[in-house]
Amino acid sequence: MAGTAVLGRLTWQVGEVTGTRTETPRTRSLIVDLPHWPGHRAGQHVDIRLTAEDGYQAVRSYSIASPPEDSQVEVTVERLDDGEVSPYLVDEAQPGDQLEFRGPVGGYFVWDVSRGGPLFLVAGGSGIVPLMSMIRHRQARHSDIPLTLLYSVRAPQDVIYRAELDRLAPDGVTIAYTFTREQPEDWTGFARRIDRDLLREAAPPLNTRPLVYVCGPTPFVETAAGLLVELGYDAGRIYTERFGATGRER
Amino acid sequence: MNDHSLDGNAMAGLLGEIFPFEMTSVRALCAGCGAMEALGRESVYADAPGMVMRCLHCEAILIRAVEGGGRIWIDMRGVACLQVHGE
Repeated sequence: MAGTAVLGRLTWQVGEVTGTRTETPRTRSLIVDLPHWPGHRAGQHVDIRLTAEDGYQAVRSYSIASPPEDSQVEVTVERLDDGEVSPYLVDEAQPGDQLEFRGPVGGYFVWDVSRGGPLFLVAGGSGIVPLMSMIRHRQARHSDIPLTLLYSVRAPQDVIYRAELDRLAPDGVTIAYTFTREQPEDWTGFARRIDRDLLREAAPPLNTRPLVYVCGPTPFVETAAGLLVELGYDAGRIYTERFGATGRER
Repeated sequence: MNDHSLDGNAMAGLLGEIFPFEMTSVRALCAGCGAMEALGRESVYADAPGMVMRCLHCEAILIRAVEGGGRIWIDMRGVACLQVHGE
């Protein structure tokens, strides 16, 4: 994407929750109707503002999980127990509720089919969310761009979008999980944090020059991106988005 | 690297209310060390009542911003220059 597109300024707009979906014990997706949404690109996010009865406001940024092709916007939120916004969004928000949104935000960590591939997506925990928008965009466009997803989570029950990922047509899609703390019975796959050997095994071959998107907690992203560069992957084709150890809420 | 740091995306929505550009792609010249970096890659600390963006390379404060009550306060003295691409 050339240059810094002139967009006009962002403003807050009201969106109505039209549906919710519990993804894991700690995460929930909110489907939102935003009549004035200008559209987004896969990988972007949106700010959500809550206002308390006394006027206190809190703003946090959440990745968009839905593809640009959807008419409604979906965000997936992980509950942080000491968070100001996420417990409400995960446990309280109901269809019919109105929330304030500002976005879309971000122009660096984005992908669309015109960028090509092959695509190597590396997710740590809820870092899967913006990558899911890319996966859904690829599906919506019936793209055959080869896709490899490496998804690191602590335990099987922490996998977000599990059913949908399992349904992806195997043609051109490779998914590898690594369960860092607790593994399913009879698990023969990866069972440790990302390291050099794991990446070497899971990543597409060097000579395919994959486009790499890494999203997760800051240490995860720095480790993965650093190792990929050491393994010889083109640093100019590695895109990263990191959020603090405190998680998605920011 | 402090584990509480976010990336520049966290401040991009707020900056987008002031500037009519996609702000994560805008590059800033750090007044402290002279490094030029895309705002989306800088470090952001959002633990405080406002947000602080620090230089990815020298950790000097680039931007401090607070929003509330329909107003935004923004202190950009740590940014010597912004580079905005045209179309």
